[in-house]
Amino acid sequence: MTLPAHAAFIIAAYGATIAVVIALIAWVIGDYREQKRVLAELDARGLGRKAG
Amino acid sequence: MALIDLANPSRFLALVGRVLPWLALATAIAFAIGIVLVLMAPDDYQQGATVKIMFVHVPAAWLASLIWVVMSIAALGTLAWRHPLADVAAKSAAPIGAAFTFLCLFAGSMWGRPMWGTYWVWDARLTSVLVMFLMYLGLIALWHTVEDPTRAGRTAAILILVGAINLPIIKFSVDWWNTLHQGTSVFRLEGPTIYPTILAPLLVMALAFTLLFVTLHLAAMRNEILRRRVRTLRVLQAHGA
Repeated sequence: MTLPAHAAFIIAAYGATIAVVIALIAWVIGDYREQKRVLAELDARGLGRKAG
Repeated sequence: MALIDLANPSRFLALVGRVLPWLALATAIAFAIGIVLVLMAPDDYQQGATVKIMFVHVPAAWLASLIWVVMSIAALGTLAWRHPLADVAAKSAAPIGAAFTFLCLFAGSMWGRPMWGTYWVWDARLTSVLVMFLMYLGLIALWHTVEDPTRAGRTAAILILVGAINLPIIKFSVDWWNTLHQGTSVFRLEGPTIYPTILAPLLVMALAFTLLFVTLHLAAMRNEILRRRVRTLRVLQAHGA
């Protein structure tokens, strides 16, 4: 199998797309876990129930 | 559930929890179909295989503008109706918009080098999209700089609406000025100028990118609501201490 002409440019474009999509997914999942962890921590101290 | 009920962040969170898995599944299916169509798409008679870059560049470009439109509607919600979720929606959309605008610029330059002989040219389309990218970054910086979310939200809403002036400039730049960037080839009154075997994967990839944005945006909005709850609890803690 031979690579098409300008394959490096095509690979770079798709590589960047995959990297950006993975980074966005990791960002929302990581941020969600962090916020849930902090909320659970505050809740354990009784602050969550106090705030209603 | 009435639409107005979604103004309640708790109900919104419950809805997001229910729809997110289905949206993620729909996004994955759309990407799977899109990638198969991209692999099956023929080479262009002029561009050769580099036409495949268009299948990521064009959807990213459409999303870059669409996300600013979403933020503009949210900005109106913040300024005119003080909708509790409007600022959350705008703030959560900005990093996603910046990411897709970067992708549009990067993929475009990867196409430009072999096709135009240059990675970059200061023509009206490329420059106006770069301006939008910088405005996305400016907005993100603003939200990170101003500590009070309400104050930050109002200032950001004004900036978003000012930045919306750039949207018609981006859209019509290829008509108003003599640009190296090609003219409109999909959404034209006379119909698309693209052959169906290339148009079909482009539209499916655009749908997949749009579903990805909706999924990420709802997830990011949920995170932002939780972050504001954390902030409120910490303020209460500080006042109680």
